[in-house]
Amino acid sequence: MRTRAAKTCHVARPVSQFSTAYSLGSNECVRLQFFSLLSESDNGNLILQGTQVKDVVIKPDAPYTLLLDKHADYIAAYGSKKDDYEYTLSEYLRMSGIYWGLTVMDLMGQLSRMNRQEIIEFTKSCQHDCGGISASIGHDPHLLYTLSAVQTLSLYDSINVIDVDKVVDYVKGLQQEDGSFAGDKWGEIDTRFSFCAVATLALLGQLDVINMDKAVEFVLSCMNFDGGFGCKPGSESHAGQIYCCTGFLSITGQLHQVNADLLGWWLCERQLPSGGLNGRPEKLPDVCYSWWVLASLKIIGRIHWIDKAKLRNFILACQDEETGGFADRPGDMVDPFHTLFGVAGLSLLGDEQIKPVNPVFCMPEDVLQRIGLQPDLLS
Amino acid sequence: MCLFFYFRDRKEWADLEPVPQDDGPNPVVKIAYSEKFTDVFDMFRALLKNDEKSERAFALTAEAIDLNAANYTVWHYRRVLLQALDKDLREEMNYVTAIIEDQPKNYQVWHHRRMVVEWLNDPSEELQFVAEILSQDAKNYHAWQHRQWVMQEYKLWDGELEYVEELLEEDVRNNSAWNQRHFVINHTSGYSDSSILDREVQYTLKQIKKAPHNESAWNYLNGILQDGGLSSYPGLLEQVTELQDTCSSPYLTAFLVDLYEDALETNSSSYDQQEMLSKALELCKFLAEEKDTIRREYWNYLSRSLQNTYGSAYMIEPSDFACKHSISVCFDIKTGEKPDHSKTCFILFFKAFSLLYI
Repeated sequence: MRTRAAKTCHVARPVSQFSTAYSLGSNECVRLQFFSLLSESDNGNLILQGTQVKDVVIKPDAPYTLLLDKHADYIAAYGSKKDDYEYTLSEYLRMSGIYWGLTVMDLMGQLSRMNRQEIIEFTKSCQHDCGGISASIGHDPHLLYTLSAVQTLSLYDSINVIDVDKVVDYVKGLQQEDGSFAGDKWGEIDTRFSFCAVATLALLGQLDVINMDKAVEFVLSCMNFDGGFGCKPGSESHAGQIYCCTGFLSITGQLHQVNADLLGWWLCERQLPSGGLNGRPEKLPDVCYSWWVLASLKIIGRIHWIDKAKLRNFILACQDEETGGFADRPGDMVDPFHTLFGVAGLSLLGDEQIKPVNPVFCMPEDVLQRIGLQPDLLS
Repeated sequence: MCLFFYFRDRKEWADLEPVPQDDGPNPVVKIAYSEKFTDVFDMFRALLKNDEKSERAFALTAEAIDLNAANYTVWHYRRVLLQALDKDLREEMNYVTAIIEDQPKNYQVWHHRRMVVEWLNDPSEELQFVAEILSQDAKNYHAWQHRQWVMQEYKLWDGELEYVEELLEEDVRNNSAWNQRHFVINHTSGYSDSSILDREVQYTLKQIKKAPHNESAWNYLNGILQDGGLSSYPGLLEQVTELQDTCSSPYLTAFLVDLYEDALETNSSSYDQQEMLSKALELCKFLAEEKDTIRREYWNYLSRSLQNTYGSAYMIEPSDFACKHSISVCFDIKTGEKPDHSKTCFILFFKAFSLLYI
């Protein structure tokens, strides 16, 4: 049984794969992959062991070509049935939903299919007296939706339909003494909101109104021992938060403060055997992390540390051939959020059918060029 | 339990043929729920418009939350009413607890809980509560945030290290728990005391021996030794090299590269510089070409970087690199976590071993 060839066999080669899983209600099984390893102990006996990796297995019949037309149809139709249950349920994030839809359509060169006038009117009607903008009519203002609104109006080159000065005041007013930003008057603190604040102000050309030094100090205080960032000082490193912090540091010209090699290593470690990316260790891959991780890597100049072909394969497998759109992972239900990040991820990977996307703002590069924004990236 | 006697099965109704509604799958359920949704939220909007601050408004917020707990405006309004009506905050805590147990990944409800704790100025139930939530999902990011906030705000550090160790006993790969370990020590003893550092290094190596393929443990080890330098820690190289004999993982190999790199960077006299470089390059090549090919670009970059910085144009052949690695793994029947979107998958892990046929 033991042959010469076996003896010189390399340690980590998967010589056989035994995987088992049980899944309820999904088209795509989530499997535990077992890689068996051939190894030889000192006394020459063969040892058979395995190690577990939490991941998905992409079925052979998963989509492998980009179905842009289908995605455009999916987004164009989304929200056309206003009494659709899922649509109604997501009213509390409508402004972001609009931003996701518009951005992905623009990236696919299909922005003209969206109802520009209706969207601009809607966005305008969501600005409150305090200057902040809400997710929808009748909802309270919040920094998240203020950014989405400003991004949307930037796409349409219609920023002046809202009171820009008041937006600036609103954002400025949310900065705390320690430099952090609250999401709204109720005071939730999160590095996501630091990003929202500077991204909004950058798009409006008014970054100088806040206490920049303090803002930077707070974000840097959220840097962890593994090089990553969390939502508050001490919080676990998380790809979504890392995107927000590297984006923040890019906008504020502070990327030199990042340990790019250490963070780049942590980020490229998110890639699993399936090619997909997760958000933190021992988690399943998700197409949206393919954006948060990939954009972060692009910002710190290390996007080539990802196996691009494998990631592209994973992202394409997340498409739904029947309905159009992307899901979080192969076989799941699609939604506009994952559709944007799937397409944006492919753009970052260099797909020429898609417009170049800016990794900091997640907006088409040509829009930022028009505005005159060129955030720093490390090389 | 009462069993409903369907009309279609009743003798008195046998003369009628049931006519299904033609609205697609589960039409009756969907429409009824949608109607209720519209009804409640239309009423909510009316209350908001009139800025009504009444008991019935308060009751309606609960209905609205029940239908859509992510709607942050409803939560805002509920807080306004809690204060305006001077509601019993202990009762509110019970209410929030129930919602979190049902929807533990909802931002708004966790933030609401924090507000109530602040208003009550009473964190006494929090650690116990968060521990319960973590027992269902040990990596719930919201739960950990809340826990960290409570501990910092109210200085509740006692017993946390023991709690973290319990979690790591259950799942040594729980990245959140490793992060928490760092958080606690950082805020209490710190790492500068050598007895603390030694304790942590030995603890981590022990966990690594149990499960060497564990990114979190290796990241932690790397992280706590950054200040002092990996190659300066006495006996570490020997301990890790010894580990190589009985277990193997790309993280171990990567750690050795980091250690060799540190020795080169500090120009440590304890090590033969040439040997450090050649070993580092050898391992980088091994990782790029065999052990961790998906990240070959990183390993090649590191290799080039080391060569450029520390001189030497020679390439190392791996022919003398002994393949003497093995991993022992133990995995139990365990109910897997629900994926983040809690949509569809539920994983059951089975105890199994791969069989190799040559």
